Amino acid sequence: MRKLALNTLDAFFKAIAKTEALYLPVRENMSAAFERYEEGTVYFEAPNTLRSAKDFFFPQSETLAAFRFQQDKIEVVDPRRESEDFVVFGVRPCDVASFKILDSVFLADPVDTYYQNRRRHATIISLACTKPRSTCFCSLYGIDATKGGADIDSYKCADGYYFEANTEKGRKLLESLDSLFTDGDDTVVERQREAVRKLVEKLPFGKLDMHKFGKDAKMLELFDSPEWDQLSQSCLGCGTCTFVCPTCQCFDIRDFDTGHGVQRYRCWDSCMYSDFTQMAAANPRRTQKERFRQRFMHKLVYYPEEHQGVYGCVGCGRCLERCPIHMHIVKVIKTLGEDA
Amino acid sequence: MPVNDTYRPKIVAFCCNWCSYAGADLAGTNRLQYPAEVKIVRVPCSCRVNPIFILRAYQRGADGVILCGCHPGDCHYTKGNYFTRRRMTLLFSMLDYLGIEKERTRVEWVSAAEGNRFAHVMQDFVSTVGKLGPNKRLEDLRCKMK
Amino acid sequence: MQDEMKAKAIEMLSSGAVRRVVGWREGDFDYDVTPAFFESVEDLKAHFVYNDFCGPNLSKYMVKVSRMEGKSLVFLKPCDTYSFNQLLDEHRIRRDQVHIVGIPCGGMIDCYKALRKSSGDVLEMSSDGTTVKVKTLTGEMSYPKNDVVEERCLCCKGGKHMVYDELIGEEGTLNPDSNRFRGVKMVEKKSPEERFAFWRGELSRCIRCNACRDVCPACTCELCVFGNDKSGAATKAPVNAFEENMYHIIRAFHVAGRCTDCGECSRVCPERIPLHLINRKFIKDYDELYGNYQAGESSEGVSPLFAYKESDPDPSVVLKEGGADNA
Repeated sequence: MRKLALNTLDAFFKAIAKTEALYLPVRENMSAAFERYEEGTVYFEAPNTLRSAKDFFFPQSETLAAFRFQQDKIEVVDPRRESEDFVVFGVRPCDVASFKILDSVFLADPVDTYYQNRRRHATIISLACTKPRSTCFCSLYGIDATKGGADIDSYKCADGYYFEANTEKGRKLLESLDSLFTDGDDTVVERQREAVRKLVEKLPFGKLDMHKFGKDAKMLELFDSPEWDQLSQSCLGCGTCTFVCPTCQCFDIRDFDTGHGVQRYRCWDSCMYSDFTQMAAANPRRTQKERFRQRFMHKLVYYPEEHQGVYGCVGCGRCLERCPIHMHIVKVIKTLGEDA
Repeated sequence: MPVNDTYRPKIVAFCCNWCSYAGADLAGTNRLQYPAEVKIVRVPCSCRVNPIFILRAYQRGADGVILCGCHPGDCHYTKGNYFTRRRMTLLFSMLDYLGIEKERTRVEWVSAAEGNRFAHVMQDFVSTVGKLGPNKRLEDLRCKMK
Repeated sequence: MQDEMKAKAIEMLSSGAVRRVVGWREGDFDYDVTPAFFESVEDLKAHFVYNDFCGPNLSKYMVKVSRMEGKSLVFLKPCDTYSFNQLLDEHRIRRDQVHIVGIPCGGMIDCYKALRKSSGDVLEMSSDGTTVKVKTLTGEMSYPKNDVVEERCLCCKGGKHMVYDELIGEEGTLNPDSNRFRGVKMVEKKSPEERFAFWRGELSRCIRCNACRDVCPACTCELCVFGNDKSGAATKAPVNAFEENMYHIIRAFHVAGRCTDCGECSRVCPERIPLHLINRKFIKDYDELYGNYQAGESSEGVSPLFAYKESDPDPSVVLKEGGADNA
């Protein structure tokens, strides 16, 4: 593995930023957010950013097409441009895992070219967790908090940052920065991983009983469970959980009338909203209970059913902290997962 | 952006049907000049104007929004403009609080007999907004792209 | 306090006086309580909690409860009773469907502040009213509760309940010196450029999750203007700065004069935008211009926006004098 001295991290950022756009977590208000690196940007080693890294590939809103009205003609404008190459540093393993879930949706046929464009031009540098939070439960889904599995995996150890490339893109980037590195001792990383794994073992939600969910779930039984009433009764119907979720991928496509044309854009949508999937009559899910059920059934049953048992949740714990009423996926798993 | 001779602010004027719109009409029939940048939107009462109307006018490219109604006490519906007065006071104060130039938005009372006053108010407002330059702080670039 | 409340709830539920009890359900950690409707004594016994983490205002749930069969018992903290009154004033809830038990409140803990102070890996958190004790994955710590109480509790309206059927504990008194406008005044003192930059910094973080709207006891429209495709203002995303400003101005304007300053909007914002500074600006303005008014103080209050005086100042006159802050 390649090793970078702790105090040369900024030189590392500078070197990347010289050739490509670099994004990294910085402190933002009471949390952290990804921001583009510029001279003087202060990196913040956050356990996780408030908004997930999905924003890089699936931004909250983007223009899909524009229509310009000119007398009796309508001109269609395609706003797509080849994305610039960019590097994201400090993506936690849960967010790295979320990319695979997003890929399974956006890169499946028909391919979402807007998403694909950005995905192709990105190099992800993951940062293995060293201080998991009590709300983390990635291990529940078999995600290794100590190894990201991105283009480049990095580890922060007591004596420096260690880097290891997993893909061609990653190898190229590391090679171009080779002068900054020295040879690192793999056993240092291994020892640290072992220590963090022990910490992860202690997390309260790492070993929930999942036997009722997944691809072999008794879907109808879960769907009709009487527990949904209690779980959803105080749900506000806001979109907080959806919008901080790294795997939620629902969107709406809307037309904005600019006065001299139309901008067709897509934006995140939330199945928790009463105006989600509006049809001629209305949203087919009339009550908050149905909408609430949809979100969790999708993550725990429908998605695994379609994707070889992979859950649609990565256990990043964002919704656990952010839900205004603290009614989140862990409580749902605990309540529905119990044998009656 | 420098204010030069070619910059002409876009003004939206919401005029109440009973007084100010008639006042504008009178200004027209009396052949009084008021700037062509003023686009009038007729509303049944100044009280009909919802804050969203004003913000939407800015969104669609207005540089200034003026709301004209009957003089307090003269409302066709007795008290509509009294409500307008309170609402707009709060709204304008909020815009100012958010750092948006307060001179861009204005309420004026213009009666049906005040064609002269209507022309004068509009001239004054256009020149005030003209000095401020284009609306940048409440603009929606999507509406400005050609 | 929790035991007394639980006893009261069990008594009323088992006697059939109420069909359900609206309170707070315990979470996995101590801080993550959820508002809940208890319908059985067993459920109450096992999961009902009342502690320094029971921030959620239960008044808005009364809209839902009013449509349910049978009477409900609800526990309201002093500041929640303002919202209840306001909803009564607007005929959104049925007074005869609800039995209100007023409960004292010693200030609620802001989970975000507490979690950040506790480095995020909290396993247990408890508060004895003055000190917060935290057990984390790696150790233990404690700090004064005042460091982490919610903004609204730092300028508490006082412990007096505006409406109740019965009280548990002593009735408190109003706190006339809440100094709640200190934040608004700080913003007002800035130059327009600074104010604009300040609000851009805050509002640009908005993710339009609508939590501020959905939690607000004053926002009880069946169809919000921002969710109604026919309103011409419907949007789902903060596409640009204009949309962010528009949403927050209109959200606050629509509740101006009806906002009881319960602080729920700021409590739930995942991006920690100080939304109370927008709502309180309206309150401060109409207090200064039209006389003090506290929404929800009575169930028959008249909002300053539903009233007028012939002597009210003109918007332009006020503005020429440098904004309502000088009035």
